[in-house]
Amino acid sequence: MKLRHDAPALPFAAGPNKDTDMFRSLLLAGSVALMLTASPASAVTFKYAFQGDLKSLDPYTLNESFTQGALGNVYEGLTKRDKDLKIIPGLAEKWEVVDPLKWRFHLRKGVKFADGTPFTADDVLFSLERVRSEGSDFKTRVPADMVGQKVDDHTVEFILKTPNPILHAEWDTWYMLSKSWAEKNNSVAVQAATMQQQSFIARNANGTGAFVIESHEPGVKTVFKKNPNWWNKPEHNLDEVIFTTIKSDATRVAALLSGEVDWIEPVPVQDAQRISSNPATKLLTGAEARTIFLNMDQKRDELLYSNVKGKNPFKDVRVRKALYQAIDIEAIKAKVMRGTSVPSALLIAPSLFSRGGEFKRHPYDVEASKKLLAEAGYPNGFEVALDCPNDRYVNDEAICQAVAAMLARINVKINLRAVPKAQFFARALAAGGYDTSFSLLGWTPGSLDSWNVLLNLAGCRDDKGIGGPFNFGGYCNPKVDALAKQILVETDIKKRDELIFQAFTILHEEVSHLPLHQQSLSWGISSKVSVVQRADNQFLFYWARKE
Amino acid sequence: MLAFAIRRLFEAVLVMLAVALISFALFRFVGDPINQIVGQDTSIADRERLREALGLNDSVLVQFVRFVWNALHFNFGVSYQFKQPVIDLMLERLPATLELSFMAAVFAIAVGLPMGVYTGIHRDSWISKVFLTVSLIGISLPTFLIGILLIYVFAVQLGLLSSFGRGETVQLGFWRTGLLTASGLKAIILPAITLGLFQMTLVTRLVRSEMLEVMRTDFIKFARARGLPDRAINFGHALKNTLVPVITIIGLQIGAIVAFSIITETVFQWPGMGLLFIQSVTFADVPVMAAYLCLIALFFVFINLVVDLLYYAVDPRLRLDRTAAAH
Repeated sequence: MKLRHDAPALPFAAGPNKDTDMFRSLLLAGSVALMLTASPASAVTFKYAFQGDLKSLDPYTLNESFTQGALGNVYEGLTKRDKDLKIIPGLAEKWEVVDPLKWRFHLRKGVKFADGTPFTADDVLFSLERVRSEGSDFKTRVPADMVGQKVDDHTVEFILKTPNPILHAEWDTWYMLSKSWAEKNNSVAVQAATMQQQSFIARNANGTGAFVIESHEPGVKTVFKKNPNWWNKPEHNLDEVIFTTIKSDATRVAALLSGEVDWIEPVPVQDAQRISSNPATKLLTGAEARTIFLNMDQKRDELLYSNVKGKNPFKDVRVRKALYQAIDIEAIKAKVMRGTSVPSALLIAPSLFSRGGEFKRHPYDVEASKKLLAEAGYPNGFEVALDCPNDRYVNDEAICQAVAAMLARINVKINLRAVPKAQFFARALAAGGYDTSFSLLGWTPGSLDSWNVLLNLAGCRDDKGIGGPFNFGGYCNPKVDALAKQILVETDIKKRDELIFQAFTILHEEVSHLPLHQQSLSWGISSKVSVVQRADNQFLFYWARKE
Repeated sequence: MLAFAIRRLFEAVLVMLAVALISFALFRFVGDPINQIVGQDTSIADRERLREALGLNDSVLVQFVRFVWNALHFNFGVSYQFKQPVIDLMLERLPATLELSFMAAVFAIAVGLPMGVYTGIHRDSWISKVFLTVSLIGISLPTFLIGILLIYVFAVQLGLLSSFGRGETVQLGFWRTGLLTASGLKAIILPAITLGLFQMTLVTRLVRSEMLEVMRTDFIKFARARGLPDRAINFGHALKNTLVPVITIIGLQIGAIVAFSIITETVFQWPGMGLLFIQSVTFADVPVMAAYLCLIALFFVFINLVVDLLYYAVDPRLRLDRTAAAH
């Protein structure tokens, strides 16, 4: 870096003009000052940039993977997930299921928050109350009727009303707060959009994790410093981490190429080649746990935004299967996703369900598809509108365009309506009355477990969304609902997987949705650094190293 | 004078109300904020409760009246995305935008004026032609393209200047400045050029045509006949006489610089108000959008008011007419 700063004077050195001389000396003065203020060579600073913001530092304000990841470097849960998303001990050393209705957690001893107070059972109980208080976006982390009991300073028991084998599945992002710190700093209430004042915890952090937050300007810059008193042995070699938002794609890529940042996400598909061919940068790709799929309205008696009147073609499984078989998923992979997606037969990534690999997509077959449509009574196809966000998922609008072109081959005419996500969800979610006939959605189950998918995407719902809030198409099969109920309480893993398998088989056979693919993660990193890319797309830099 | 000012102020209030009403009518089309505020696991009941608490179930008119009433008390609500009072957020971002606009204006004048004078005096020299071609590029290329080109050349290829952000900043009271650190000064160069390029070309062309005009007048010929040195004629007499329209235009353009900094701020991730506004649009963050639009409207209204009052002060004819009419 230092060498580079000396260079600017040269191009301007030619002219005898006073102004350029001024400019030159200004630049020189600038670079000298920069050298003087530069930190000692031993300190390692890691800089990273993301398209979105790190908004509030309150860990219960927004349930979103980037925020969870950034705060996961500062705060910790009772459990953690390792590099392969396996649940490992976090602030709890170990735990046991005493009986299906009682879980006992043994807290790690000698852990201290950044402000020096020790971490104890009282903090766990405080965090339990706070995470389900008004304004918390993480209420689903704990069952509403669960009771927490302190056994001693380092043992906590949770008493359940119904058995729950995945009780702790999302506890890696249920971050533990210090009771005394929150009370002292007037931060017991969760920072919410309805509050007129910003509380202390929205701007400051006090966790037990690998880093502490030195300064935070929401939407601009956040500076993390290494926590020298972390209870765990650090894998990273970083002293300081600086996060900045860079919204513009071109600028974000430029910042990586010029060496101003070490990590960017996302990499626009068109710039992937440039980043991987540049010797100073690398492209890191991998399958994300997020599945992209299409919803078909199977609830209304007459399809909206269609030329079919008086009936709903999507109620007929033959029509749904016809559309499924008309989609050439390999072409979408090759042309739209440039080879980076993983075609999927399920609504959950195969890596998240042990038997996910047993499902195969219905084959791509235009002739079979046409035949199915004719049998269902639509030999000449029909017309329907496809709703699509254009700024939410990787190449979302392009996927919809490709789908429209493929369905045109079986005479299903698509009127594509691609809009920004704020408008898309306003229309397609419960609050908008599920005002869509055919739509594209992506889903990562927060718990990384199939039950979440069966409930949110395939549970029978009413018009308000109670039962299956993200089931845009209103698919309903009481058998699937019954299986989901069993899955929720079945504690035998093998039996549970069998039940999940049965439920997914029904969804597959009845073509409840049109699964497309798992989209890919695409990180651009400097060749000097090594990082861990996890399929849930949380960036945890306590595993990062920089030369 | 007083009556004139009061009438203007009254008109200004009407303009502000109109802007607020129009922007409120538009907000219905940016989408539903609720899904942006909460994560995917939030229950439908919780979403409804939040909608009710934020008053989003009320009619547009009720929301508008509430907004105006609160705005009169300097309360612009809480940003949906940052969960922070909008007024604080704006005050945090204002210095960045004003510093950028100021530097862009300085660049436009410091470069545009000499270029205009030169091309006005040496209208046929090849340097003039180069200057005019450059100014043609500045006037015809869109801002975001210029920004990206500058980033590509000076940040990626040459590695001289930074491609994003403000660099290191220093907090002076409520004002966070980037003009006191080396990296801050380095960071402002590219965005200031990008933002000020259009105004620079405007100044160049304006000064040039005014200079061409003035150089033909009798008093310049007379000055030459007196044997005054070129320098005194060009700068002491000719330039001085071109400055009145130039100052007017620059004054009016300052409003435009502040308002159009949106694009430059987005390209360079400059943490000012324009960037905040763009982020708010994506998130349907209505309180921030409303406050921003009102603030920009206020800015324009204020500048126009000042210009009007200045005219009144400067131009004796306006005053004479008023007195005549009064009698």
